[in-house]
Amino acid sequence: MTAEIGQFALILALVLAGVQTLVPMIGAWRLDPAMMAVGRTAALLQLLFIVVAFVSLGACYVTNDFSVALVAEHSNISQPLIYRIGATWGSHEGSMLLWVLIVALYGGAVAIFGGSLRESLQARVLAVQGLIGAAFLGFLLFTSNPFTRLSPIPLDGAELNPVLQDPGLVFHPPVLYTGYVGLSIAFSFGVAALIEGRVDAGWARWVRPWVLVAWIFLTVGIAMGSLWAYYTLGWGGWWFWDPVENASLMPWLLATALLHSSLVLERRGALVSWTILLAILAFSLSLVGTFLVRSGVLTSVHAFALDARRGVYILGIIAAMTGSSLALFAWRAPVLRTGSLFAPLSREYAITINNLFLLAATATVFLGTFYPVFMDVLHGDKISVGPPYYKFTFVPIFILLFVLVSFGPVLNWKRDEMRRLLPRLRWPAGLAAVTLVVAAAVFGIAHLFAALGLALGVWLIVGAFIVLARRWRIGQVSRSDMFGLVRSTPLAVWGLVIAHAGLGVTTVGITAVSAWQTNKVLSMSPGQSVKLAGNTITMVALRPVNGPNYEANQAQFDVVGAFGRSTLTSERRMYPSSQTTTTDAGIGVGILGNIYISVADQNPDGGLTVRMWNHPFVDWIWAGCLLMAFGGAVSLADRSLRVAKVERVVVRPLAAAAEPVIP
Amino acid sequence: MKRAVFLAPVALFALVIIAFAAGLGRDPSRLPSTLIDKPLPVFDLPAVRDGDVGLKTTDITGQPRLLNVFASWCVSCRVEHPVLLQLKASGVPIDGLDWKDEAVDGRKYLVEQGDPYRLAGNDRTGRAGIDLGVAGVPETFLVDRRGRVRYKHIGPISPDDWSGIIKPLMDRLRAEG
Repeated sequence: MTAEIGQFALILALVLAGVQTLVPMIGAWRLDPAMMAVGRTAALLQLLFIVVAFVSLGACYVTNDFSVALVAEHSNISQPLIYRIGATWGSHEGSMLLWVLIVALYGGAVAIFGGSLRESLQARVLAVQGLIGAAFLGFLLFTSNPFTRLSPIPLDGAELNPVLQDPGLVFHPPVLYTGYVGLSIAFSFGVAALIEGRVDAGWARWVRPWVLVAWIFLTVGIAMGSLWAYYTLGWGGWWFWDPVENASLMPWLLATALLHSSLVLERRGALVSWTILLAILAFSLSLVGTFLVRSGVLTSVHAFALDARRGVYILGIIAAMTGSSLALFAWRAPVLRTGSLFAPLSREYAITINNLFLLAATATVFLGTFYPVFMDVLHGDKISVGPPYYKFTFVPIFILLFVLVSFGPVLNWKRDEMRRLLPRLRWPAGLAAVTLVVAAAVFGIAHLFAALGLALGVWLIVGAFIVLARRWRIGQVSRSDMFGLVRSTPLAVWGLVIAHAGLGVTTVGITAVSAWQTNKVLSMSPGQSVKLAGNTITMVALRPVNGPNYEANQAQFDVVGAFGRSTLTSERRMYPSSQTTTTDAGIGVGILGNIYISVADQNPDGGLTVRMWNHPFVDWIWAGCLLMAFGGAVSLADRSLRVAKVERVVVRPLAAAAEPVIP
Repeated sequence: MKRAVFLAPVALFALVIIAFAAGLGRDPSRLPSTLIDKPLPVFDLPAVRDGDVGLKTTDITGQPRLLNVFASWCVSCRVEHPVLLQLKASGVPIDGLDWKDEAVDGRKYLVEQGDPYRLAGNDRTGRAGIDLGVAGVPETFLVDRRGRVRYKHIGPISPDDWSGIIKPLMDRLRAEG
């Protein structure tokens, strides 16, 4: 019964998405307020029905209704409740349901919070968002129905892939999708603007918060995925250049570019068509990522069951959506007003260069990811590229980009002078140079690349804080005046500083763990000790334990280091239902680095194969990502205020004029 | 000139889509050519059933037959099982490979669900499965009278799969002589 409720809700949602696409689009064309209003109602109803479908599927999992094929394939009687809930989005069908839910969530949000948008723009945004929803609801219903029944009904189900039975599954996909799919709203805004034929500062002011929300979630989602891989895969890798990781990295890179270019559009009215193009491309890469995971064109640890029909359908959606929006772009963008000009040395110019680097980085990742497909099609060879490719293409681009990052915020808008610019950067440049020299001296020339990485990190972090120092005129004004300046610092500036500093923190983490990680592999028995990176690690116990749906061999280690003593537990788990083994690593977390211990199978002589690593500064990678996301959130808090303030002033004149508004 | 710049994205995109469309039909993980028309890999597996001879590559010859890879822990195998029992009743020779399974469990499974197999071997470690390129259960190989693999079916055999794909192939192999 529950499954049928979900099924009907999905069908109704598809019909509503169709209404949401057609009626407001025609309404905006005929300037009919009643028809435009239908868009808002349809968006909210569509959201409601998708929520009903989603909850229905969740309920089928919670009650272990094995008559639903999807539940029988991904759940069983002994599977803990939390992973039955997580399994709701742990399969192809379930994750597509999450996909359409998030498309509808953003649509609903525009319907509710977009009241002060120009009515025709809101109607068109909702129409495009409705079209995306309709396309994927159709995909879900016609090729990947999550509610298909099974006959005969099995007594017990199979199992959710044990690797996915982890708290990571509960949080990572929803957060990642909120970012990934959230870029659909940027796409909708871009296409709506092209249809309207006008883009202005008001448009940029409206689209930026949405992009920011998607970007924050995408940042956190990618970081979570990386952290999850780090602790579950059993050897402490945190990024693999796996096609699916790349599929989320590419939209992130373009979303980052979009975030910056829309700032220029908002403040200076420039980069109009470029911003629209980025909005289209960013979401198109989300679509391509969805295609990649579900079509079987590439092999990946994340890939779902192969089904060519699904691949054809998604490819059709991409061809139609991205193709038509790019065609629309080619037709309409040349006639869009271009904004004010800027000098080669200005903040606009710095952001343009930043955008080009981000685009180039995206292109290298795209080429590396799809190289196997292109080679197979052109030559029939089965070749894929690995981390070395990215080391020689992506990494150099990013190093140059990082050098540029600290220039942007200290540059003036419109025009600036080199001889004034350079003194502003004396602190970050000086400290980075000191770091480079000291690190090269301490660690030797062999680690020059690592020294360069650390120097870049310092350059980014100090470069971020110099923005505050300049604003507060440290050393130039009295203490009480400075206090006033500190208090009047807008949240957006704080956001910028935190996010750029976060980038520096991540850079330090990546550099340190790449250059200085050490490891040991050995056979150990209880009582034995070993030294690793200044720590003495002793295996104190080894015993079999039973989890709810697995059996495990559990080893306990005593770690004594310079900062005290800790106990780590590492397990090798065996899931009888699917005959799969997983590793639960023991990780001693510290701000200066982690001790990472994973155990493998028992040797014939009774010893246990133990792999242990010292990962210096590895947590800085994720801490930096969280700082970036936090910076985004701080900036968003500011924006919501400013949007509210601006709209009161702008609403009337904007309704008539399409001039760029330059504050 | 300016128009051309704006047309560039859509042109590039068209190329990408063409490449994707061409790549769709190709499965990067499955290389069907590896075993098709080649002899079965050599294995000699212990018995699943009590007092049985097990399953040796050299035994899988003489007439066209099916080699079905199954496991007691596999739900799809239970779905497929009635079809196999029917095939046995209609005289189709089927050998079973009990993959990554304890012989005790495999035996219990055959007692409970019925036994469609002529020969049945237990591949506890999954070693023979690796040689066969087994990715999951159930999988079924159509083997000709000289012991060469002629067709591989992935997933449970439905009655339609049998009458539509496998039976015609098998009839042809029988006619080959």
